[in-house]
Amino acid sequence: MSAVRAWLLTDIPQSRRQAQCQRFFLAWLVFRRNGSAVAGLAIVATLVAGALLAPWITASAGVTPDLGDRLHAPGSAHWFGTDELGRDIFDRVMWGSRITLYIVGLVSVIVVPIGLAIGVVAGYVGGWVDSALMRLTDVFLAFPRLILALAFVAALGPGLENAVLAIAVTSWSPYARIARAEALTLRRSDFILAARSQGIPHLRIIAGHVAPMCVSSVIVRLTLDMAGIILTAAGLGFLGLGAQPPTPEWGAMIALGREYLLDQWWVPAFPGIAILVVSLGFNLLGDGLRDVLDPKSRD
Amino acid sequence: MIGSQLQEGRSSLLGHVPRRIAGTALSLVLTFVGLTAVTFVIARVMPADPVLAIVGDRAHQDVYDAVYRELGLDQPLPVQYLRYLGQLFVGDLGVSIMTAQPVIDDLLRFFPATLELATVATLLGVFAGVPLGVLAAVRQGRWADHLVRIVGLFGYSVPVFWLGMLALFVFYAKLGWVAGPGRIDIFYEGMVEPVTGLILVDSALAREWDIFRNAIGHLVLPAAILGIHSFAYLARMTRHFMLEQLGQEYILTARVKGVPEGAVIWRHAFRNVLVQLITIVGLTYASLLEGSVLTETVFAWPGIGQYITRSLFNNDMNAVLGGTIVVGICFVAINMGSDLLYRLVDPRAR
Repeated sequence: MSAVRAWLLTDIPQSRRQAQCQRFFLAWLVFRRNGSAVAGLAIVATLVAGALLAPWITASAGVTPDLGDRLHAPGSAHWFGTDELGRDIFDRVMWGSRITLYIVGLVSVIVVPIGLAIGVVAGYVGGWVDSALMRLTDVFLAFPRLILALAFVAALGPGLENAVLAIAVTSWSPYARIARAEALTLRRSDFILAARSQGIPHLRIIAGHVAPMCVSSVIVRLTLDMAGIILTAAGLGFLGLGAQPPTPEWGAMIALGREYLLDQWWVPAFPGIAILVVSLGFNLLGDGLRDVLDPKSRD
Repeated sequence: MIGSQLQEGRSSLLGHVPRRIAGTALSLVLTFVGLTAVTFVIARVMPADPVLAIVGDRAHQDVYDAVYRELGLDQPLPVQYLRYLGQLFVGDLGVSIMTAQPVIDDLLRFFPATLELATVATLLGVFAGVPLGVLAAVRQGRWADHLVRIVGLFGYSVPVFWLGMLALFVFYAKLGWVAGPGRIDIFYEGMVEPVTGLILVDSALAREWDIFRNAIGHLVLPAAILGIHSFAYLARMTRHFMLEQLGQEYILTARVKGVPEGAVIWRHAFRNVLVQLITIVGLTYASLLEGSVLTETVFAWPGIGQYITRSLFNNDMNAVLGGTIVVGICFVAINMGSDLLYRLVDPRAR
């Protein structure tokens, strides 16, 4: 253990990989001191673990009705109780974590490359390309997100993928802004000049040298946005425009449990708590990451 | 989004005001064109056939073709878009299938409810969030600061529709402290002359204080729930801005001169924060106006958000897009307006 630690903390790294590992380790040391950030990481890790282990820690996939077991209160047989169709709510919440992860993963995979590409090109190339791309970004930045997502879902039809697409279309612009700001400062730096004078093509400079430098601030922003993405997706699910039954999506579960609130509070309560805890986790993690990766913005 | 707009505002402080206003107007126009282009595309890629919706599926081919031409669907897309813009310009948003009324009339009827809800929610957010943010900054690192942070994090993370349900359950069903869903008791429905459409204003104008009290009972819970997000955001930003100001040298000077601490905080630091808060309040107001969709659904609030979702389920595309455009325009206008106001109020921008 201490040998690994010494290897990670030595003043003169012997190889490129060692230097990289050191960078991560030092960041981790800063991150670890931040209690709430570690709590956030623990919540997100639990979410991922729950999604991965769902087949083993649940008794059912939470989709087949069992009408003999309707609306049981939480107890030892059903930790979170059962819903109006006799499905175990704990099982459904666990399987629902897969859907939540699927949503945030899919949104990130769409949003980050688009935002990075537009922002880096705008910042690196400059001139009229920059103005045009940034005007486009401003237009999308000014859009009302939820309402536009509603309109998109209306056109494409309700469903999980369409909800994801609607969220992605309305949320890539802040990443373009961030990436552009970073690219603008990088453009004039010496190592880019060196790369240029060696005759490296622009496209490779953009993709290989500028874009990787923008990734960390984009990731911080993405983590902070995760809660918003989860809440928007849950909202669309609640309105019946996201995942369709019997998919155990948390927002849709709350919508179904709405009429049981008065007498069987547990039906809508647990999915709501799940959303709250997971959003909280991403917010805490995002705050912590920002402190580590971007110390300037600390309060 | 908000941070970047702020930054833009700051970097342009030394710019020329008229040029800035022209720039704002240009981006307003561009945003409007973008918004309508998106809604136009949504209307065109909509899988349902707009002609079939009008003539029905048993119509003769000639009738179908006539309507097809009348709707301008045989024209190239840019021409169709220009026609669409022209219709929008005179307020023609089409006819709602669901209510058989012009969409613009429907929207005018539903909009005041949303406006009332969002306005009261923003006011609650401002009057709770700003003082708490100041308190947190003044007592940085102490328990008040931590409390504001925790409450703020909760406000950012909680699903409002879920919280609204729980709040209805607790405060209406169990405790009976507030009135239930809807804007007003059915008993009072239609008893005041709608002048502005805002029930609070109308009932106050008519001096119907029973109705006024009843409307407040209905309004306070949804407004508080809707305001939670803006409260969290305002508290956080106020804290951030206050800390920025309190670290400045003029604050040190004031303290050294022996200015009382209350005056240092409110008269020196907070006055500078106030200017920055204008933009933030504008942004939250705009986002509440559009974010009220979920709250309206939970509280059966007859506003524009509920109108849009209900139309959506009835495949009433004109109504959905009309609502989107109206909310979008308000959203954009409020954002730009607060941006402009910020530049005019800040003396350094003159």
